[in-house]
Amino acid sequence: MTDITFAELSDRRRFGMLQYLVCLKGILVREGLRYLNQRERFISSLVRPLLWLFIFAAGFRQVLGVSIIPPYQTYVLYEVYITPGLCGMILLFSGMQSSLSMVYDREMGNMRTLLISPFPRWFLLVAKLLAGVAVSIIQVYVFLAIAWFWGVKAPVVGYALVLPALFLSGLMLGALGMLLSSAIKQLENFAGVMNFVIFPMYFASAALYPLWRVQESSPLLYTICRLNPFTYAVELIRFSFYGRIEWTSLAVVIAFMLVFMGAAIIAYDPARGLMLRKQETGGS
Amino acid sequence: MRNAERTELSKAMSPAAEEAAGGLPLELTAISYSYGARKALDDVTFSIEAGRFAVLLGLNGAGKTTLFSLISHLFATRAGRIRVFGHDINRKPGLALRRLGIVFQARTLDLDLSVRQNLSYHAALHGIGGRQASQRIDELMTSIDMADRLHDKARSLSGGQIRRVEIVRALLHRPSLLLLDEATVGLDIKSRATILADIRKLVDRDRISVLWATHLIDEVNAADQVVVLDRGRLVADGRVADIIAGTATETINQAFSKLTGITDIRSAGARP
Repeated sequence: MTDITFAELSDRRRFGMLQYLVCLKGILVREGLRYLNQRERFISSLVRPLLWLFIFAAGFRQVLGVSIIPPYQTYVLYEVYITPGLCGMILLFSGMQSSLSMVYDREMGNMRTLLISPFPRWFLLVAKLLAGVAVSIIQVYVFLAIAWFWGVKAPVVGYALVLPALFLSGLMLGALGMLLSSAIKQLENFAGVMNFVIFPMYFASAALYPLWRVQESSPLLYTICRLNPFTYAVELIRFSFYGRIEWTSLAVVIAFMLVFMGAAIIAYDPARGLMLRKQETGGS
Repeated sequence: MRNAERTELSKAMSPAAEEAAGGLPLELTAISYSYGARKALDDVTFSIEAGRFAVLLGLNGAGKTTLFSLISHLFATRAGRIRVFGHDINRKPGLALRRLGIVFQARTLDLDLSVRQNLSYHAALHGIGGRQASQRIDELMTSIDMADRLHDKARSLSGGQIRRVEIVRALLHRPSLLLLDEATVGLDIKSRATILADIRKLVDRDRISVLWATHLIDEVNAADQVVVLDRGRLVADGRVADIIAGTATETINQAFSKLTGITDIRSAGARP
């Protein structure tokens, strides 16, 4: 795969596809290794949704009975309803975790190693995003395996069909995290992201309750939920489990993914983005 | 040759041909940079010739790190122009960065990864993978007598060893210009001497050009090109002997004191 000499490498004016793949692989491997080295991160990423599944969902099963709504063709247990939302939760927290790790890398100087690579910056950022999404999808499948043994099951084929939905949703949320990381000046400011981004996104969505129930109790909250891209990520995942495509959700997720990714790439452009404004205020 | 002519020529040439045709390793022309109202660099112009060890000398806050951030394209140049082997860093950052090896002042190894994992990651970021990366890593780590530390976590290395691994990392893709920002800060005398000797050997043996930023005057050799920055302005550029003669002093220490206005050279580092 790498039978190219240094002389050839320096003589070429542009990198070939092979070098792009080598670079992508390097970023994927590094992200995977970092993840393996941080076992607490792996455990906490699973504990959070499992607590919701085992305790919250079990406790609220009777209170929050769910009617027959698409894609479900019969009454389902609250645990079943909440599972796509918990998959979304893993992707959301993982996206923000990647954002946190980028802020940390920037403070510690590791980010510079990435940014001084001769590959185009958009490619480096997309590769980093893909690496983060790959790790978060593994987390989702481990969670689903545990849920399976707990008795929360989707159609077997649904576990394969949901993969593209997880991938797209992961990209959208990871890109949002990347955009936020460019705006966060210091690691300490990350608590604000938890309070002002992660929790509102999660709670004001279709993850925990069907939207018709939200609408009954608060039309304003319903409107907020409809404006929240996370709602569409959850619905995309939910329908995919049953082999169905929710086209509106798919369009919204792709659109927000492109917007967040484009904004993140601009934000990390040394000449145009938020990094520039940070420099102007004396940041590194 | 005028810059415009050189640009036109470089479009049709390979990097090696550009170098042969006169593209200097580093050319800075009228570089200015501000953080808001605070001017960090003011109209800085200098260049480095091939195979030269150039010392960028300045007190803390002189603008050395800002200059490194501009050359490595972490910051975008807004006034002036930076060329690396003829490639404008703003217009062709990829081509310029391929020729650069960079060691930042801050430690940038991932402490949770092993030395080999860190180096493989960097090689991949330059499109070098697999057997070729592995061979190059072994070769360079053997050359600094640290091959036995390849599988150790970076966290377990001493400050001097981390710095030497960072230099190896900067050399993995065989750059033609090496930038080192305060590479010996915080190290003991022995580590400082070893690192400096390693880098000088590279210049002599491989004709790599080096820009070595420091505030430590004892790291300057008589044959070096010295560029002195003071509060963002370039106050001297030339051979040691020329700078001494130009300031009518007897030593480079005295010349530096005179140029930067410090009275006690022993406390050089932070401006009083």
